[in-house]
Amino acid sequence: MKRRVLFFVSSGLLLASFYMVLVFVPTERDMGIVQRIFYYHVPLAWIAFLAFFVVFFASTGYLIKRKPLWDHIACASAEIGLVFISLMLLTGMIWAKAAWGVWWIWEPRLTTSLVLWFIYVAYFIVRAYVVEEERKARFGAVVGIIGFLNVPLVFLSVTLWRTQHPPLTIFTEGLAGSMMATLLVCLFAFNFFYFYLLAEGTLMKADERAVKQLKEESIRRNP
Amino acid sequence: MREIAKACVIAAKDMLTEIRTREVVSSVVVFAVLVIVIFNFAFGSNPQAADLVAPGILWVTFAFAGVLSLNRSFVLEKEEDCIEGLMVAPISRESIFLGKFFGNLLFIFLIQVIVIPVFSLLFNVGFFNIELVLITVLASVGFASVGTLFAAMAVSTRARELVLPVLFFPVITPVIIAAVNASALILEGGGLGDITQWLGIIGAFDVIFVVASYLIFCFIIEE
Amino acid sequence: MAVETIPAVEIKNLSRNFGTFEALNNLSLVVEPGETLAVFGHNGAGKTTLLKILSTVMKPTRGNIYYSGLSIAEGAENVRRRLGVVSHRTFLYSSLTAYDNLVFYSRLYDVAGYETRIKQLLNRLGLRSRMYDKVGTFSRGMSQRLAIARALLHHPEVVLMDEPESGLDTFAMDALWQLVREDSRTVIFTHHNLERGFQAASRVVIMARGKMFFCPGVKCSFDELEKAYKASLETA
Repeated sequence: MKRRVLFFVSSGLLLASFYMVLVFVPTERDMGIVQRIFYYHVPLAWIAFLAFFVVFFASTGYLIKRKPLWDHIACASAEIGLVFISLMLLTGMIWAKAAWGVWWIWEPRLTTSLVLWFIYVAYFIVRAYVVEEERKARFGAVVGIIGFLNVPLVFLSVTLWRTQHPPLTIFTEGLAGSMMATLLVCLFAFNFFYFYLLAEGTLMKADERAVKQLKEESIRRNP
Repeated sequence: MREIAKACVIAAKDMLTEIRTREVVSSVVVFAVLVIVIFNFAFGSNPQAADLVAPGILWVTFAFAGVLSLNRSFVLEKEEDCIEGLMVAPISRESIFLGKFFGNLLFIFLIQVIVIPVFSLLFNVGFFNIELVLITVLASVGFASVGTLFAAMAVSTRARELVLPVLFFPVITPVIIAAVNASALILEGGGLGDITQWLGIIGAFDVIFVVASYLIFCFIIEE
Repeated sequence: MAVETIPAVEIKNLSRNFGTFEALNNLSLVVEPGETLAVFGHNGAGKTTLLKILSTVMKPTRGNIYYSGLSIAEGAENVRRRLGVVSHRTFLYSSLTAYDNLVFYSRLYDVAGYETRIKQLLNRLGLRSRMYDKVGTFSRGMSQRLAIARALLHHPEVVLMDEPESGLDTFAMDALWQLVREDSRTVIFTHHNLERGFQAASRVVIMARGKMFFCPGVKCSFDELEKAYKASLETA
């Protein structure tokens, strides 16, 4: 029931955000049409970080409580986070190509995201190479915690390393009202969408576990 | 106190193993020197280029060599399930972590003591001053802390040779960035005042990850 | 009137799940001081899991174990001091000598005057002449003997052994039981051979599907054991 509400709210908001980004908001003066990526790039980044924070939180919960539910939440959130951060990197690259003429710049935020991308890919590699379910969850939790603790340090070191780069102009000049409204709608839409995906993902993991349990039991009964 | 004393017993055992076999020193040092020589081919041997890339090459070499020695340290414990022998002994799990951490740290130092003179010789850069020693020691502590944690994890997966570097490299990015840049500043003639920010990042990394690894290690080795 | 003694080992409602698989299911068992208990069971009955939890390597999902009243849930370190463990694997470092290995474990267990203790154990297990050889050069049987020496270094009150006789010759088997039974120790061991295990034990139990299938209070006859074991196989 709650999932259905989340589904409708997030789809409504996402549809509204399409309209605002593609039709409503005026084209930006200097950057042109490509600036519209910005309205998705920022929410993608925000959701990725939120998702990784949830991974961290749920991982800690798992190590303390040892309930599979915590692992299901962490794993589902890591999946969503990885997809979102990949999209964020892609949109960032398109943006970089349009703004600076190159596909990649070693800008602190992008670089930090790239390092995070590697860490959460490692999260799934570790899980893939562990056989036992319970150990899989435990090792995943450890990576989820260490990876997130590392975020501020990665960001600090990358920033210090790339101080010569110009700051992004978007935030220094301030946003026009319509642009701000569009960004806010996108942020809201993505937040609801994230929680909808998280709820679905978590339930799916629980179902997978239940199916596995039934399978094992039936094998045990009729070998 | 007892915890540290028992940790030293474990580290001493690792050193004794090395004295009996000389496996790590012989193989890792040959590997490290090989990496340096190959980098030298890649970047040419003109002195200007050498000054520019020397710190980077040195730290990449340490990271690669570190992975080999870290893996070795837990393969040893897994061969005859010796880690279980440690777990049934009347010492805390934290003590086991500290023991392996001290042992790995000593190995990293040992590798550095042999590799740095060879490196200075081949690249014709002086690497003996107090600032560089400070950077190296601080960075090694960070390497060894997460390295010990991840090596313990990697050895219980089906692909430890893959899992350790995939986890280890992204997480130590801040240390690598900081150590390389700080070393470069020193080699250009800078003093301690020029690298305080970098040392701050390495120091913060050390504190956060020594504490986190110390607390989390017990979740990795338990069954 | 009989005096109530504190049991050497008391297992209370022990359960352990691996993911969705229940390896131990609400298992309870009391072992009196000085008993030598043989645990039999088909493959996958939960013997090794039980021994791993008894040796504090593995944590139970539910339930607890008390050694002379000391709970493993709190103060596992103090409990471990009283335990000697012989596992499937030897816990020995193959690149160290027999002596190095035993010195290392003596230090972990704070064994006072360990040199004499080590020499005494190696003598009795027929390993004295190989004391300074690397464990990597040892045969399976010799490593197993050394593992027994390792487990007994610190005069444990309770000895836990998973298939202790694997790879041993007759001489070593005799030495094993003589050594282990000294100081009226409590012993819990598993064995794949009903007859051998029955001979060594002062009481026998059979596990099946993570539970005690057959658990008489006193030692039963061998025929009874054999019959119960056959019945336990059918539940698997």
